[in-house]
Amino acid sequence: MAKELKLYLGPNHPGMHGNFSVHMYVEGDKIIKTRPLPGMLHRGFEKLMERRLWMNNLALIPRICVPEPDINEMVYAMGIEALGNIEVPERAHWIRMIILELARISSHLMSLGGIGGPTGLYTGPNWAIADRDLILDIFEEITGARVYHMYIVPGGVRKDLPEGIEKKIIEYLDYLENRMPEYEELILKNPMIQKRTKDEIMLPEEVVWELGVTGIGMRSATGKPYDIRKVDPYARYDQVEFDVPTATYSDAYTRLSIKYQEILQSIRILRQVIDKMPEGEVRARISRGSALRWKVPAGQVYSHIECTRGEYGYYMVSDGGDKPYRIAVRGASYPQGLLGVEKYLPGHRIEDAAIWLDTMGVCAPEIDR
Amino acid sequence: MAKKSFFSPARAWKYLTKKPVTIELSDIFDKPREAADRYRGFHTNDWDKCIGCGTCSKVCPTDAIVMTEFSEVPDEEGSKPERPVIDYGRCSFCGLCVDICTTNSLGMTKEYIHIDPDPNHFFFVPREDGIHEVEYPEGYKRDDVSELLDLERVEMEHLPAEERKDSFIEIVKGFSTEQAKQEAARCVDCGICTKTCPAHMDIPDYIRDIYNDDLNKGLEDLYRTNPLPAVCGRMCTHKCETVCTIGERGEAVSIRWLKRYIVDNVPQENYKEILEPEIIKHANKKVAIIGGGPAGLSAAYYLSLMGYEITIYEEKSRMGGVLNYGGPSYRLPDAAFEQDLNYIKSLGVEFKNNTKVGKDISLEELKENFDVVFASTGFTKGKMIPLPGAEHEKVIPAMDILEEMKDYVRGEGEKPFIPERLVVIGGGNVAMDVARSMVRLQNIEYGKSEVHVLALEMSLDQMPADIDEKEEGGEEGVIFHPGYGPEEIIVENGELKSVRFKKVLSIFDEDGKFNPKYDENEKIEVEADLVVQSIGQAPDYVYLSEDLKEKINITRRGQLEINEQGQVKGAPWLFAGGDIVNGPDIIHGIADGHDAARGIDKYLMGR
Repeated sequence: MAKELKLYLGPNHPGMHGNFSVHMYVEGDKIIKTRPLPGMLHRGFEKLMERRLWMNNLALIPRICVPEPDINEMVYAMGIEALGNIEVPERAHWIRMIILELARISSHLMSLGGIGGPTGLYTGPNWAIADRDLILDIFEEITGARVYHMYIVPGGVRKDLPEGIEKKIIEYLDYLENRMPEYEELILKNPMIQKRTKDEIMLPEEVVWELGVTGIGMRSATGKPYDIRKVDPYARYDQVEFDVPTATYSDAYTRLSIKYQEILQSIRILRQVIDKMPEGEVRARISRGSALRWKVPAGQVYSHIECTRGEYGYYMVSDGGDKPYRIAVRGASYPQGLLGVEKYLPGHRIEDAAIWLDTMGVCAPEIDR
Repeated sequence: MAKKSFFSPARAWKYLTKKPVTIELSDIFDKPREAADRYRGFHTNDWDKCIGCGTCSKVCPTDAIVMTEFSEVPDEEGSKPERPVIDYGRCSFCGLCVDICTTNSLGMTKEYIHIDPDPNHFFFVPREDGIHEVEYPEGYKRDDVSELLDLERVEMEHLPAEERKDSFIEIVKGFSTEQAKQEAARCVDCGICTKTCPAHMDIPDYIRDIYNDDLNKGLEDLYRTNPLPAVCGRMCTHKCETVCTIGERGEAVSIRWLKRYIVDNVPQENYKEILEPEIIKHANKKVAIIGGGPAGLSAAYYLSLMGYEITIYEEKSRMGGVLNYGGPSYRLPDAAFEQDLNYIKSLGVEFKNNTKVGKDISLEELKENFDVVFASTGFTKGKMIPLPGAEHEKVIPAMDILEEMKDYVRGEGEKPFIPERLVVIGGGNVAMDVARSMVRLQNIEYGKSEVHVLALEMSLDQMPADIDEKEEGGEEGVIFHPGYGPEEIIVENGELKSVRFKKVLSIFDEDGKFNPKYDENEKIEVEADLVVQSIGQAPDYVYLSEDLKEKINITRRGQLEINEQGQVKGAPWLFAGGDIVNGPDIIHGIADGHDAARGIDKYLMGR
């Protein structure tokens, strides 16, 4: 009989996403039991938010998801706008879509290229990180920061777009569109990747329903085009055309290729946004007074959007004061990242654990918030 | 899997000719990539602009900004001797400090590299040349969209000029609860106003009380330093608003109206319950106060809380001194003053009206019967320029007519003479009170008005009256002639006809002394049925005996010289405050009263 060993995946591991650890009990190459261990971030975002002014939270919330921070700003702003009944200026909606779709591309690039980590294809991450950096350049010009933008604010956006940025975005989209076949060639058509991901790491439909998996996981397993941008459109997603790629057979390869297709869809959305975006105001006041004394009317609201990993939402309660009374974050990776890791990672081989985490879409801070 | 060409690996060669997107290692420090125009890098702070208000440190989400005192920064009015120090170990480069900076002194640069093995080297005092004292291009800047202050006042409703020019109804309607809270939300709680206020009122505290909807606490905060809040909430000279931090870039917070909102909305009958006046000791000592104006009432309030027996001697039938005639009803209705007065009265202060010290009772008697005397008799005598014709009975000082008018309006006095054409000489607040009151009486009497205000100052802006007074007066129909000095009052056949004025060339000479120069060729004549001179007031020291006058010092401006406790130099039993030592407004009087109360307590307790 083989001897049972305990192995640690993360918190420092090329295949680990964020400050997160999985304790694996293995027999030979096979995982027989897993225990996910969040808590490495030690921030307690939700509690911290209750002690900060509505405006101050803007500096804190992007940190709940590093590769795609803007989703936090968006749901937070949407929540406050719903509570305060604030009309967001038209142009701001379109600018927000630019930010969100650029963030989606950058996050997908990181994950698509990142598959090179657990599979040993290091050209992947090198390319993807470099191309993602070009998006960060655009972010830097629009928002003044590369990673934590703090740009989407309650009532609109913090500043209007800088002059000439539309042209730069289009240039980048053209570049990326040309580059996408190379990514396909490098990653999706790569025999090594295919060998590791095709018919491996399955996500059956029953598990989707059992855990409450959303996003690519759900769409790839069930064939249902459940995308918040379509089913409950926010910003102006109802005014742009795009497809929601789906599949009915969810192996790691399918999920990877849906990411690839979603990048193409985001490019399509961005081109339309830049085309249709009107001129005008970009920010409405959420309340009178200085930011030190902004108040949000009492009430509760759940605001949600589609992030790269699925449905991302904030449940927000205001008591009418200058700070949130309570905010609960629905992290998109919570179901698969915590429950899924414990229940469905066992049975896989050790080397597949990192691919499992990557293709299921796990972002540690979302769990540990 | 599709079969691939044998040569497919050769495709990778094309990447050899591509330009790399990465930066060479050696270039990172020597030639760092220039950041974007909006880049949120290390801070700069223009120390000349910065007033140390600390708003940046309050908005900072990570508590990275600490306000620190610097001895090289002067401790002046309208600023604090503090400047922000930033801990870059905490800073998240969000830029909220820049967005909210009240003076626009904070900025960010494109600089982003700082390396030091010592963690303590991440504290920086940003100055104009950044943290490394190397010039860097400007980065993130605040604009109108990213603004985090509220620069516009919540508009105060005023009675329109058409409705108010023939009535003495109060012009300013006061804030509603919603408006007051919105206005209170504009405050950034810096406290720069407190330093400037002569009475050092806890202004940020009571504004916060309004914001928190806790008016009872607001009332307590008001009474801590000011026992006449209903008066000051209406006609204070509001120096606090002049230095208000929000006023650096926008409109100052309406501090005066907010104060008024508190007193207007707390019922008088609840005062005792809220303020819980507690007599801290029973001193068994008696203090006489001469003059029931702001300084006298303020001293009476604080002394009675300290356990002294107080008697106020007032020559008029009403308490209030300057408040009784200086504040016309459209600015200060009697009811507002009575609200303050009644509360002071309820503490057991004895009022002796119609008793003029120096006539009905002598100062020496007071000295014998009381432990200390506090004099706050004010500047009550109107000054007159000895012009040719000024002895005519229709040429009068402002103080007399103001009192007559106010008594008439409250239904207690004879109708004063209402001229069809009035000329007011002088451009201060008292002149405006006369002019605006008379416009109203004229409109009531004749359905039209003609009031001319002539002052030496070369333009309306330079005239010393408050800007509100000038604006509102103009709306009501007061006619201004800035830049004219009176030459002669023309009387024909014993009847007042007109006043002749000369154009002013300059008011002060090279040494800065008052010495007006006129253009003798440019003169105007303004017809008048009444001429009111409002060129300043003088004290009335009938109660000071010649003996006493020799012991004490009276300055050139007619004020008594006191020490920092309010004690008159040369007469330790005599304290003084208000216009006769300080002036020239109500809030200074209140502050003097409070200071003197402390001084008297110290003196009588032998400390």
